[in-house]
Amino acid sequence: MTQLALVIDLNVCVGCHACVTSCKEWNTSGIAGPLADLMPYGSDPVGTFFNRVQTFEVGQFPDTQTVHFPKSCLHCEDPPCVPVCPTGASYKRAEDGIVLVDYDKCIGCKYCAWACPYGARELDEKQKVMKKCTLCVDRIYDTELPESDRKPACVMACPTSARIFGDIHDPDSEASKAIRERDGYALMPEWKTRPANHYLPRRTTECDPPTPSSSSPR
Amino acid sequence: MCACRCGIRVHLRDGEVRYIDGNPEHPVNKGVICAKGASGIMKQNSPARLTQPLKRKAGAERGAGELEPISWDEAFAILEERLARIRATDPKKFALFTGRDQMQALTGLFARQFGTPNYAAHGGFCSVNMAAGMIYTIGGSFWEFGGPDLERAKLFVMIGTAEDHHSNPLKIAISKFKRAGGRFISINPIRTGYSAIADEWIPIRPGTDGALLLALIHELIATDLYDREFLARYTNAGFLIDLAEASARHGLPVLDAASPTVYPLYPQNHLWWDRALGKAVASHAPGAQAEIVGAYTLADGTPVKPAFELLREQVRGNTPEWAAEVTGVAAATIRRLAREMGATAREQAFELPIAWTDCWGVEHESVTGRPVAFHAMRGLAAHSNGFQTVRSLAILMSLLGTIDRPGGFLHKAPYPRSIPPSSKAPNSTAAVKPNTPLAAPPLGWPASPDDLFLDEAGNPGRIDKGFSWESPLAVHGLMHNVITNAWRQNPYPIDTLMIFMANMAWNSAMNPSDVRRMLNDKDAEGEYKIPFLVVCDAFQSETTAFADLVLPDTTYLERHDVMSLLDRPISEFEGPTDAVRVPVVPPTGECKPFQEVLVELAGRLKLPEFVHADGSRKFRDYPDFVVNWESAPGFGFLSGWRGANGDRSMKGEPNPRQWEMYAANNCVHHTPLAPGHRYMRNWNGGYLKWAVEMGLRKLDNPLVIQIYSEVMQEFRLAAQGRRPGRQPPERLRAGIERYFDPLPFHYAPLEAAATDPEAYPLAAVTQRPMAMYHSWDSQNAWLRQIHTHNYLFVNPGVARAQSIADGGWMWVESPWGKVRCMARYSEAVEPGTVWTWNAIGKAPGAWRLAPDAEEARLGFLLNHLITDELPTPTGRISNSDPVTGQAGWYDVRVRIRPADAGEAAETSPRFDEMPHLPGTRRKLPSWIAYFAGEGKRP
Amino acid sequence: MRPAYSVIFLTTLIGAGQGLFIALYAAQAGAALGFFPPAAQRFFVVGASACVALASLGLLASFFHLGRPERAWRAAAMWRTSWLSREVIALPVFMAAVTAWGTAHDRGWGGSLALGAFALAACLALFVCTAMIYAGVKFLQEWASPWTLPNFVLIGSASGFMLAVPLAAALAPPLASPAAAGAAALTLAALAARIASLRRNERVRAKSTPQSAIGMRGRIEQKSQGFTGGSFNTREFFHGASPATLRAVRRSFLLLGFVVPLVLVLIGARADSFILVALAAAVQYAGLVAERWYFLAQASHPQNLYYQCSS
Repeated sequence: MTQLALVIDLNVCVGCHACVTSCKEWNTSGIAGPLADLMPYGSDPVGTFFNRVQTFEVGQFPDTQTVHFPKSCLHCEDPPCVPVCPTGASYKRAEDGIVLVDYDKCIGCKYCAWACPYGARELDEKQKVMKKCTLCVDRIYDTELPESDRKPACVMACPTSARIFGDIHDPDSEASKAIRERDGYALMPEWKTRPANHYLPRRTTECDPPTPSSSSPR
Repeated sequence: MCACRCGIRVHLRDGEVRYIDGNPEHPVNKGVICAKGASGIMKQNSPARLTQPLKRKAGAERGAGELEPISWDEAFAILEERLARIRATDPKKFALFTGRDQMQALTGLFARQFGTPNYAAHGGFCSVNMAAGMIYTIGGSFWEFGGPDLERAKLFVMIGTAEDHHSNPLKIAISKFKRAGGRFISINPIRTGYSAIADEWIPIRPGTDGALLLALIHELIATDLYDREFLARYTNAGFLIDLAEASARHGLPVLDAASPTVYPLYPQNHLWWDRALGKAVASHAPGAQAEIVGAYTLADGTPVKPAFELLREQVRGNTPEWAAEVTGVAAATIRRLAREMGATAREQAFELPIAWTDCWGVEHESVTGRPVAFHAMRGLAAHSNGFQTVRSLAILMSLLGTIDRPGGFLHKAPYPRSIPPSSKAPNSTAAVKPNTPLAAPPLGWPASPDDLFLDEAGNPGRIDKGFSWESPLAVHGLMHNVITNAWRQNPYPIDTLMIFMANMAWNSAMNPSDVRRMLNDKDAEGEYKIPFLVVCDAFQSETTAFADLVLPDTTYLERHDVMSLLDRPISEFEGPTDAVRVPVVPPTGECKPFQEVLVELAGRLKLPEFVHADGSRKFRDYPDFVVNWESAPGFGFLSGWRGANGDRSMKGEPNPRQWEMYAANNCVHHTPLAPGHRYMRNWNGGYLKWAVEMGLRKLDNPLVIQIYSEVMQEFRLAAQGRRPGRQPPERLRAGIERYFDPLPFHYAPLEAAATDPEAYPLAAVTQRPMAMYHSWDSQNAWLRQIHTHNYLFVNPGVARAQSIADGGWMWVESPWGKVRCMARYSEAVEPGTVWTWNAIGKAPGAWRLAPDAEEARLGFLLNHLITDELPTPTGRISNSDPVTGQAGWYDVRVRIRPADAGEAAETSPRFDEMPHLPGTRRKLPSWIAYFAGEGKRP
Repeated sequence: MRPAYSVIFLTTLIGAGQGLFIALYAAQAGAALGFFPPAAQRFFVVGASACVALASLGLLASFFHLGRPERAWRAAAMWRTSWLSREVIALPVFMAAVTAWGTAHDRGWGGSLALGAFALAACLALFVCTAMIYAGVKFLQEWASPWTLPNFVLIGSASGFMLAVPLAAALAPPLASPAAAGAAALTLAALAARIASLRRNERVRAKSTPQSAIGMRGRIEQKSQGFTGGSFNTREFFHGASPATLRAVRRSFLLLGFVVPLVLVLIGARADSFILVALAAAVQYAGLVAERWYFLAQASHPQNLYYQCSS
């Protein structure tokens, strides 16, 4: 069974927000759109975004790590947001594991958002339905696009190639290899949601002799 | 959009932009895109778009934003009448300064043809030190001029880099480099952006990088870890310097009368001290081995030392312990860093089997790679000691033998250029004559005081005082001083100031409050001191409120653009590359590209290059101009698809179908260099000859690295009164002597002398947020949500000591101004520094944001703490590098304190609300839900 | 979490309706078993109407919670997995059953006792569904508590019994006293259970930490949530009230929801004062609105680890 996912390399993410706005740009005119922005030029603008890049500081000066942390729906293998949905609008596709929302069924009750520990869902304040990352389901199977473009918009955009897209159930996929070989990990493992998206930890190349070593995540 | 010039694909649906993504076939970004690029839709549809020419209403005050729409005919008539009068009387009273500078080949040509010297782009307040310091040393610099070869480097050291410079290419390269196991060290007071993913972060106090670099040079020399062979052959390390006290050429290389000069501008008759023969010989004589240390006496008794010996003596005191005191970087760290650089360059060196011939005729079977690469930008440049700091960096890179070598620094065409380039500005105000083009371009590369642009009394000839004794090597001008000087009418009053895409009344000024006041100031007769201000921009910036005439520019999606080899091309290491943009959507409203405005005006003013002998217009429009204008027969703006059939590269007659051919080929043209021409280009005989043939260079002279700067010594000799000809005024003599040291040295930025370090113990700097391009993206509905307002980042220990809470309101004060802002604790900033994101704060109503938008209430500009001039005992001086005129943005010293409990929770200073200009969106939407091509909504 | 008034009114109103029904049915069943004197049919008819009215008001409130209320009918679809879906079924079933039961009383049909038993089952099922909507979200550790279900049942029952007191005082005076006793006992029990749940929640240690949220060790502080504008995530999951406000709400609901009505109902019943017992019910309802606000607000969502700070 296929499980599509993103593997995000924190070792190279510089926090440029390219994935954030390329996601917004693709999806606002795509099947998930439009993605509303309230008070776009006024005080306290609020917009629907599927993907955010956050910044954390780890450690204390001078041994500080600045970690840029992109976060979107993790497409959990055991998605807690799906069973709670009263209408069946939230669902996980059997064929590729993508967790989607059927806007025509969604009643905007927000229960799925309550049931997501990752804060990955956003209620569109204009359409009043729950929205989230679709892994660009309207790109990745679009045969009108050249094969090389059939990837999520964020993956296409990322200048540091920090986003690897693939089937994590296929042991030979680039995504699976990255998880295996570079200590890929899942967020909040304590909830046993089995997120499909994984993160690759920081690695530090030490001085002389230059040998790579992992800075041990978690 | 921005200055990184990535290739994009704009996908339309029913005429509306569906999405914009990176062009995978484009050499700059290889298919990726940044946050700004992917938000282009919101830029295109911004309510802040200017859509009509506007004129200040009769009787309305400047700055009140009371403007009325006029037709282009009227706008052109106003400009034509005014500019023709100025050109016929005193052309220097017209000043043209541009913020965005992707079109300097055109704007510079316009200014030159007009006959005014008062022209520059924004380089003077950006990174001219980086350009000048490197070009005056190695003939090239970073970004579009050259960069680190991260494909082959093993160690990458980045110093003081703004996070948007060369953004996508650098992001691509750094991530590949890291994946390949390379080691990345970032030296920066702040750990954000690229520094975040460095393997090691070395926090350093702002403005002290020069000390660190000198200590590294000291260590490399002390531990013998420099590339002696490289220095001896490819730099002037072995040139014998005349040390005879009485000599007119004291401190300059001895020129051997017996040898031919070869190139009069760049004499080749230097001397080496030959190791084997134990005597002076012609430099680069076959078989000769230059001694680079020691002291010698020539046959005529002249005491001489090789230039490197003088460098060694110069840095003798620059020990790691000395530098540790200055920089805050531990001495042991400096030693380790030097060892790591030196050892990596030496022990991991490699040979590429590429044969090449040097310009002295010696054939080499391979090219040596030294895998230590550097990148640096404004963190080094934007200090008043930046030129010497950048020279130190270039010399460090040269000591490691990494110049135009694989794994190190590589040039991009048209670089390397001569050291300094041969192009000179006029050297006398006599060159400015009514109705006459300047005989030389307004900007050039002075090699001695003889190249300064002065009047007969030695006073500045330019309104920004560039190429004067105050800023002799101001190769990019000093845009940051234009308004102050014009307002003070010193050196002279001007009539019309035309500004293109520079927000001088806000974030582009070092003193925005003063600038706003000066733009409105009137003389005794009630006339504005700067009589006429023309602003061309695509958006309602703060500056448009002050304009007498506003010209609405198109966006990048609506016009033709060229990234020309004559200007700032997108060249790759592997060869010259240029690119174009073609319009994908029609202009909004009555918007007109600034280039079209210039071509139209040039025709109306009958500037010779733009009209036939009978006075009729030569060029229909800008695209026509680009295709048909030639700098010399066969050479023009674009290098690709030249010749009548479009089958020639680099050189060939104009091709009427050139635009189409670019458009059909990803809008890019690349001329790959022959493998033997790809490296060591400063001294690569084959490359230099080819470059002359292709019009990239004028001469094929060897470009010997100036670890010892002859240009600097020429100025110093003048200051010392040892040089015939022009002399600096007395008040500047000591400064010129001090700062024009032919060898690199570190001094505290000029601001230090004007500020009490006890009272103002902290440095305050800005960083560029990657999702914003200066002030141009607050009007973008998507990007502004990432940064509606900014905080001052303070090390928690420092903030707590002042009882400033995380997120609390605070004051930050310099001797020049004070700002109320919110604090944000950060462990990623060294304790002596506070910082914020650049240009987030906005004037109320500007950029067509609601007056109560966070940008105007909570966001702030650090600029209010900075000054464009410093008081000195001998009068006010520009707060700029005394060599190049680079604005000293990052030199300001501050103190911090908490805001009182009763104070308003809003930023200070605040400014009057700017009304929305006619032509911008009348009513702001309370929501948007963009969906391209409404007809196809599912 | 940010307490939504739609949810507060939904759960408190239907809870009271359910409790009232239990009280009514207890009166009928108790009378059948000979514990209480039989009450007038009017008592049951008016009572059933009040139950249905409360449930309907709750249902109405729930529509304000929905982004797309016109599609609310779809919410019954996923009863196999979703407690919310089950609630959506259980609530109308309960309302229909109570209506039928009330109609039976009104028309004097037989079998009202059996109908009532069915309605009671629906009532209890509805309690379970409503409580499990909260108790079933394991990420909200303050909700995912063994006390959530008892709290919902006891609080709903107490408030229903408390309403039954004035109803009985007006329509079935002999039942007023037992109803008051029931209300007092349930209020006391509800108070005990609520205190136990507060105690338990004070000891809850968040399973998720900044470390598990981003998968790194050491001291971790967010500097930017990725935007300085707002978002759904910064609004829906933060109550926005100060700790002092929170403490005040807690004090008020303990007093108004439990202690004050307890005292009022006891005095009122003894003094046969309709006004006092009616006041007891009104005060308790207000207190329980505060209680539900606090219950919702107190829950700390792990997603908040990602939305701490902007800069």
